[in-house]
Amino acid sequence: MMGNVEMNAKVTDDLNAAWQTVCREDDLLSGTGVCVLYAAKGSDTQASNEEQVAIFKLSKTGEVFAVSNYDPIGKANVMSRGMTGSIGDALVVASPLYKQHFDLKTGQCLENPEVSLSVYLIRIENGAVQISS
Amino acid sequence: MSAQRIIVVGNGMVGHKFIEQFLSVAQPDAWSVITFSEEPRLAYDRVQLSSYFSGNTVSDLMLANEQDYIRQGVEFIVNERVTDIDREAKVVTTSSGRKEHYDKLVLATGSYPFVPPIPGNDQPHCLVYRTIEDLEAITASAQESKVGVVVGGGLLGLEAANALKNLGLKAHVVEFAPRLMAVQLDEGGGGLLRRKIEALDVGVHTEKATTEIVPGEQCRYRMNFADGTHLETDMIVFSAGIRPQDALARECKLEVGERGGIVIDDHCQTSDPNIYAVGECALWSGKIFGLVAPGYSMAKVAASSIMGGNETFEGAGMSTKLKLLGVDVASIGDAHGRTEGCMSYTYSDDVEQVYKRLIISADGKKLVGAVLVGEVEAYGNLLQLMLNDMDLPESPEGLILPASDGAAPTLGVDSLPDTAIVCSCHDVTKGDIAAAIAAGASDMGGIKAATKASTGCGGCAALTKQVLDAELLKLGYEVNTDICEHFPYTRQELADIVRTKQIKTFDELLESHGKGHGCDICKPAVGSILASFWNDYVLKNEHIGLQDTNDIFLGNMQKDGTYSIVPRVAGGEITPEKLIVLGEVAKEFNLYTKITGGQRIDLFGAQLHELPIIWKKLVDAGFETGHAYGKSVRTVKSCVGSTWCRYGVDDSVGLAIDIENRYKGLRAPHKLKFAVSGCTRECAEAQSKDIGVIATENGWNLYVCGNGGMRPRHADLFASDLDTPTLIQYIDRVLMFYIRTADRLQRTSVWLENLEGGLDYLRKVVIDDSLNIGADLETDMANNIAQYQCEWKTTLENPEKLKRFKHFVNSDKSDDQLAYVVERGQRRPATEKEREERIPAVELVSS
Repeated sequence: MMGNVEMNAKVTDDLNAAWQTVCREDDLLSGTGVCVLYAAKGSDTQASNEEQVAIFKLSKTGEVFAVSNYDPIGKANVMSRGMTGSIGDALVVASPLYKQHFDLKTGQCLENPEVSLSVYLIRIENGAVQISS
Repeated sequence: MSAQRIIVVGNGMVGHKFIEQFLSVAQPDAWSVITFSEEPRLAYDRVQLSSYFSGNTVSDLMLANEQDYIRQGVEFIVNERVTDIDREAKVVTTSSGRKEHYDKLVLATGSYPFVPPIPGNDQPHCLVYRTIEDLEAITASAQESKVGVVVGGGLLGLEAANALKNLGLKAHVVEFAPRLMAVQLDEGGGGLLRRKIEALDVGVHTEKATTEIVPGEQCRYRMNFADGTHLETDMIVFSAGIRPQDALARECKLEVGERGGIVIDDHCQTSDPNIYAVGECALWSGKIFGLVAPGYSMAKVAASSIMGGNETFEGAGMSTKLKLLGVDVASIGDAHGRTEGCMSYTYSDDVEQVYKRLIISADGKKLVGAVLVGEVEAYGNLLQLMLNDMDLPESPEGLILPASDGAAPTLGVDSLPDTAIVCSCHDVTKGDIAAAIAAGASDMGGIKAATKASTGCGGCAALTKQVLDAELLKLGYEVNTDICEHFPYTRQELADIVRTKQIKTFDELLESHGKGHGCDICKPAVGSILASFWNDYVLKNEHIGLQDTNDIFLGNMQKDGTYSIVPRVAGGEITPEKLIVLGEVAKEFNLYTKITGGQRIDLFGAQLHELPIIWKKLVDAGFETGHAYGKSVRTVKSCVGSTWCRYGVDDSVGLAIDIENRYKGLRAPHKLKFAVSGCTRECAEAQSKDIGVIATENGWNLYVCGNGGMRPRHADLFASDLDTPTLIQYIDRVLMFYIRTADRLQRTSVWLENLEGGLDYLRKVVIDDSLNIGADLETDMANNIAQYQCEWKTTLENPEKLKRFKHFVNSDKSDDQLAYVVERGQRRPATEKEREERIPAVELVSS
């Protein structure tokens, strides 16, 4: 378990350049989500794609998560306005349109495993919320 | 071979039932069915006839309907009597001279009211009680009368007396026998029933033989009795029993009984094998059955017999349970104790006015009959004991004694055999209910839809529910009523916890009574409970995560993620100035505009960042939020009422506005819709609403728990002729009781259907304050009303909250995915196909 955490720390250190500050910690309100515009670096270095990312802060633990804002089932940019919670051990966000649940850690849809959200790495550094794809 | 033809003479309850049964067993192509009714309409519920006086309309009473018959290929002719049967040629002739051939003929001609041969019985205002036309005549006569007499103290007679009383007359019952309901009740039961009815100011005169009806002195008529006494009255309703309508059978020489009735065998066949008779016109084993349940059994047997089946009619008990003039009365089996060697237990309580008697077999092992007056809870259990020939429990007196320490023997539904009839109106057995549950039904609504159980007289509702619960348990369903995995409680229990422990936040409740993180089921439910009791601003930081997006952004999310805006237009009344403001705002922000069913205006297509700007304009112009996004009170629809309408009886718009302003913002388990109509024309459609009010000459009639939508339900008349303060008091109580006890997302209609004891129970709680919570409910409501705020106004005054109204928290850009198409002069979201194709002919408007 410990080893894993160190591994992650190592990886994120290596990708330090990719962390991008998207908003401030006080922009987040416990128990809800917000949407940020994230300028992802495309594989081809000249293009920079703007992506919509939904960020959630859980009220019980204060943990933060980042997933794509596009609801692949409702086909609209609404995930940040979904409600968070848990189903069994999974931490989830429910689509505000048709209420399917998506795992906040893996992005997978619980009702329809063929559909998923993209997940982003997220951290809080000195009050700044940072994500990386 | 061409289809064989069945003619059904008479479209009453039993004739209609026969057609239903026949269609369910016959191949559709092999038979054609034609039915004649001498009445001007198809079959209606004669059992519930008296409810016509308590607000039910003809359409509420209808059982058959033309659309269904047309769809099923049943030919129907109303207002036409069959006048002749030619059995040789197998042809019937009707009053208009029409001739129709039959292969099989079913006589369901019913009965006619017996009018005793008293001189003077044929004058005006001397009426009978059987058809809707009779009721109309009684209503008309009552308007010119002050006193009314019913001749006949049987079941129908007492219903008629109740009708006269409800029509505002001083009512009397005149009975030839020494007691009321002489057929069903023994002396003790009849005596108590009499005292109870007299206490309601209905005169009861037994052992009276009327000799003549002559002009009266104070009233229109005077009835002279054989014992030298007399009674003055303005009108008379004869309800002295029925006689089988067998004239047609007599004329074509079918075998009839000495005292009337078309003789049938166990297959319901008459002396002509091609002719069947069912219902009250039929005489089986020397008996006429004047109840609907045996009629329905005959209908089933006849349908099966025509199809070559071998079902037989085996007679029927005359057990019955009913409420007469508000008095509960039940009679089972041998109520008079005529069984040889039988013994009885009697419990009589003059203080509480309860009388109960059990008649048991000579060996003391079986129940053979019972009489219950004043309290009839034991009816279901006792009837099952008798019908299924079950052994009596030890100390059978416990079945009728008041429960002292909970030791009263109860009849577990598990001990009933599968063949036990639970619903006798529709002949539904315990096995039928079990089968419906196995096929997926899991609540009362499902059982009713699948089996029709408890949709007739409703007397078996409690038993049906017990069977349902027991069967679910047996099938291994944990009857789990937990709201979700995070709280092992029902919504009602959570509401009690929140209220009694004064819990103010979700986290507090989760910490003390739940587990996990909560979810999109329990969070909004708890949010609603918190709002219902404390009515805090829903966007307080500690509540915001509990709200569905609609509640957070105070708008209704549409399919593309934009919102619609619905300002409150109380009662649907709006000034031209305000209308212009709505138009201007819609134009400025290019909002798609549509009038809603609740008499207001919905503006579609606002993006998050536009919501506060739009609402600022609306609030400045005097609008408030319409709470269209919340599980809360939506609208109070009204007709224009007495202020303008020629027919209006009272000011429906004024009341609607007052009610809407009183309850606006009230959070509930589900949305609530109200309406107020200014007269019985009911233009506001109040009877399809959760709370409906209709003006009468004497005040307001209150209807509750109606619903439009997916599963329409006609609202029930809750109370009549209320003054405005009482009306408001009742609405306060009904709503708060609903909020306290309903399940999550349970509309009032379903709530009432699942409420044990139903409408009567709700009346007891609200009107009689049987739970002693009336004042509490009103206080809760008063607190809620005192806390009201327009959430948009509060939000606009709070810059911190307004920060959330942006698509991106880190950019002023808006969602670039939105795309619209103009249709009929307004924009709408582009369909997926239109997005992909971007057909040049379609103008795309990017926002």
